[in-house]
Amino acid sequence: MIQVRELSKFYGKKAVVEKVNVDIHRGKITSFIGPNGAGKSTLLSMVSRLLDADTGEVLVDNDDVRKMKSNDFSKRVSILKQSNFMNVRLTIRELVSFGRFPHSKGRLTAEDLRIVDQSMDYMDLMEMQNDYLDELSGGQRQRAFIAMVIAQDTDYILLDEPLNNLDMKHSVQIMKILRRLVDELGKTVVIVLHDINFASVYSDRIVALKEGRVVKDGPTNDIINSEALKEIYDMDIPIKQMKNCRICVYFDS
Amino acid sequence: MKIRYLVIITISLSFLSLFVGVSRITPMNLLDFKSEETEIFLISRLPRLVAILLAGAGMSIAGLIMQQLSRNKFVSPTTAGTLDATRLGILVSMLLFTNASTIEKMIVAFVFALAGTLLFMQILDRIKFKDAIFIPLVGLMFGNILSSIATFFAYKANVIQNMSAWLQGDFSMIMKGRYELLYISIPVLIITYLYANRFTVAGMGEDFSKNLGLAYKRVVNIGLILVALITTTVVLTVGMIPFLGLIIPNIVSIFKGDHLQKTLPHTALLGAIFLLICDILGRVLIYPYEISISLMVGVIGSGIFLYLLFRRKAYA
Repeated sequence: MIQVRELSKFYGKKAVVEKVNVDIHRGKITSFIGPNGAGKSTLLSMVSRLLDADTGEVLVDNDDVRKMKSNDFSKRVSILKQSNFMNVRLTIRELVSFGRFPHSKGRLTAEDLRIVDQSMDYMDLMEMQNDYLDELSGGQRQRAFIAMVIAQDTDYILLDEPLNNLDMKHSVQIMKILRRLVDELGKTVVIVLHDINFASVYSDRIVALKEGRVVKDGPTNDIINSEALKEIYDMDIPIKQMKNCRICVYFDS
Repeated sequence: MKIRYLVIITISLSFLSLFVGVSRITPMNLLDFKSEETEIFLISRLPRLVAILLAGAGMSIAGLIMQQLSRNKFVSPTTAGTLDATRLGILVSMLLFTNASTIEKMIVAFVFALAGTLLFMQILDRIKFKDAIFIPLVGLMFGNILSSIATFFAYKANVIQNMSAWLQGDFSMIMKGRYELLYISIPVLIITYLYANRFTVAGMGEDFSKNLGLAYKRVVNIGLILVALITTTVVLTVGMIPFLGLIIPNIVSIFKGDHLQKTLPHTALLGAIFLLICDILGRVLIYPYEISISLMVGVIGSGIFLYLLFRRKAYA
């Protein structure tokens, strides 16, 4: 379990994240949702040590993240940021191999190679393993990065808006993969999402942030209802039940 | 581009380079240890060859490290002010200590090269508009500012002519006793190879590096120190060689990608080959005179650079 305790981050005097307390449960997909500027990405960056918190602490399985060695930390928690500009010419296999960097420092053992193969196989990338990243489509590239994280073999996988710039088909594909990571491999996934319907359909728990504070935190079904959404987004959002999915119809509210 | 072929080409060109020049030397002459030819061979030709190989490999690797760490394909010692900072450093060492020894010059120039490169990286951090072409332009402006400062003080101190000696890269002055500083490149190249994986990871960005548990800042600093060392030794012994650090890594990247552990040997060899070709042409074209290496590299290099620019546009 990841425990976030009284975590705050200030830019100047403005608090971007203020006294946040959240528990991230093992073996579940937890989605961070909320309006723009709510502090979702900042919170995720602090949990993953990319940013230093100003106050508060983060515990990963009861260990304070600030006291962990960076190499040990990178074997337990991995983070993928919005895949910004990538003009590095690496093949998929090379990228996925770097997932083993915390374990082997670049000198890949037979065991590492086996895990790299397995990860690419899992993401269905075997056939294009020698293609360069800058020649792939957005969806393929995102899959390659997730394969790298699988090879990194951490219990916790944090993803910052992994669906950015992906079309519907690839978004669904990525979410299904994350679901499999949790259900089949027992990983714990934390994900920042913009589209609440993806959060509704695929996550187990939802943490809603607004102006740097947690406004809602609970199982998905407790959050995806009109009253809670009103509090988060200041919008009247009707919910429609379709098969087992609850869909938020926010387009006309 | 198989490494095997590059090695064969390097060896054959090296052989050619040893036996091209004003005095005719044939391999047969060398059998006589005391002949004048053997002496020329040992004092001039061999040092020249070693200097070309080391400078070519060194400058290409320096460019490769800079491109990787700045995540910009057009950043190199030429386009980031490193060369100009080094030159300013040499000038300062000459003005402050009139009879500066090579090592003293080297230390001062190294400090300036490192400071200049660090400053450029700081500027890079603060630029919001990270366009691939814009950043090297900023670097060129930065370099020109340093260069004008150097020119001003050189003018004041009446050492303009002296200074232009290292403005122009030139191998004809390389002789036994004047190039040994370049051997510093050898350990630097070895360290670079040992750090290849870390540089590759660092080239994916700070967040990406931290995710993999890499001490990003330390790796970047080590990289910049290596770049400053190579640049200083090359400028002090040979002079400025423009474009080399820019075009060689780019050509290798197109064919072999950016995985440094795989591309380092190719980059080093191709840099040496390119410089060898330029040097041999420079010696042959207006025989018995010589075209300086910086002019040869400048002409051929800028042509290739333009090609790379246009190619990149067609790509994106």
